[in-house]
Amino acid sequence: MANVPEDLQYTKDHEWVRVEGETGTVGITDYAQHALGDVVYVELPKVGESFAAQEVFGSVESVKAVSELFIPVSGKVAEVNELLQEEPEKVNSDPYGAAWMIRVQLSNQGEVDALLSAAEYEDFLNTETE
Amino acid sequence: MTSPSLKQTPLNAAHRRAGGRMVDFGGWDMPVQYPSGTVEEHLRTRTRAGLFDVSHMGEIDVRGQDAIAFINRICSNDVTKLVDGQAHYSALTTPAGTVVDDLLVYRFAPDHLMLVVNASTTEKDWDWINSHRAGEAVELKNVSPEWCQIAVQGPDALRVLQPLTPTPLDEIKYYHFREGEVDGVASIISRTGYTGEDGFEVYAAADRAEQLWNRLLEAGDGGTPEGITPCGLAARNTLRLESAMALYGHEIDETTTLLEANLGWICKLAKGDFIGRDALARQKEEGLKRKLVGFEVTERGIARDGHNVLIDGEVVGQVTSGSPAPFLKKNIGMAYVPVEHAGVGREIQIDVRGRAVAARIVPMPFYKREKKP
Repeated sequence: MANVPEDLQYTKDHEWVRVEGETGTVGITDYAQHALGDVVYVELPKVGESFAAQEVFGSVESVKAVSELFIPVSGKVAEVNELLQEEPEKVNSDPYGAAWMIRVQLSNQGEVDALLSAAEYEDFLNTETE
Repeated sequence: MTSPSLKQTPLNAAHRRAGGRMVDFGGWDMPVQYPSGTVEEHLRTRTRAGLFDVSHMGEIDVRGQDAIAFINRICSNDVTKLVDGQAHYSALTTPAGTVVDDLLVYRFAPDHLMLVVNASTTEKDWDWINSHRAGEAVELKNVSPEWCQIAVQGPDALRVLQPLTPTPLDEIKYYHFREGEVDGVASIISRTGYTGEDGFEVYAAADRAEQLWNRLLEAGDGGTPEGITPCGLAARNTLRLESAMALYGHEIDETTTLLEANLGWICKLAKGDFIGRDALARQKEEGLKRKLVGFEVTERGIARDGHNVLIDGEVVGQVTSGSPAPFLKKNIGMAYVPVEHAGVGREIQIDVRGRAVAARIVPMPFYKREKKP
């Protein structure tokens, strides 16, 4: 089964966010990286760009397919993980760690509550894969 | 779970047991990749060996005294040049010189040949071939369900297959075949493939597919880091793309002529009449307006099927196949462009979801294996 860390919030589009104070760190889940296969390219926004929750903030590509990335929470991009330009395969090997994608300055803390908890996301995965 | 309407090859259960990720491929429930992943499957085929289930391909038996004459009239290549035990690449053409399907023609005897056609076009081809009979003495039979087809491809292919068969494989030349036995199972052993590597395609009775599949995995030390690996459709696609082989529905279809697709080498205009010959001869004389080219993306970005090709901001053509190339470690593709822009070295751009990404036309194939001395 896919690894779903307890301390993160999730979306049904298979992104995760780690909220620390006013900052949210965003990436894709283990389930998502597994479904994509070998990730060969990650396209991320520029620092300073703003997004509303659920907007497309980038894309991730495997050999076979392109998947859009949807931002779980509204905010302004404070940091982008440049490592993924050179080593996109980190998305497969360490989706919750080295392959974080962006850090955003949250513009609406309330949105976090609407996201899925680890248990809810696991339930969602179980219904998806049945 | 599987949609009940999807067709299955005799290896469907084996793919599922091996953790293959199954997808709908032209109405067939097929593995797109195994747990090892597309990149590993691709690289292993280039450096060791890959095992492919291609049982979904269609086989049509053509028998009778006019078998050669009939095939020669509906296909573009010159089938009179084949000898017994030889195969060649050819195409079923429309009167406009466009492509009903691409196929392999196998000659067993002057009055017995076999057409191996694409899976998703088998029914269409069968109808087409039947409706274009013109009184020739031929007996046609769609034998697709009776056969499995397993491809062993890569530099180790011969070493993997040889212990399972008394047929001396090194005596089978490229695009030739022998009838023999593999693991005691009556088989056609054909030195052909769709990967750009040396290798074999083995045809046998469908109910022996699992036996052959498992024996080939064992013989090739499957499951070890240096052994043979089962490969899904994604690796099959990237391997053929690096080798610049056409895929029906992408580079060729009923809107593209053989000449536009660089397949003039299977258009034997001098062999006599065949469906589409006049149109192709006319196009050859008048010159092409567009042609298929290979390109390499020179900026960050991956071209995909259907993306537009731009020159000076104008749309001039479309990508037919685009993908990362795992062995070459480049992002490559094929596209139709107007002939005046089709020269090697020409700088083009690909519209990657709204972003114009630089690319350059390069010679094809992108990858060519080194021939052994």
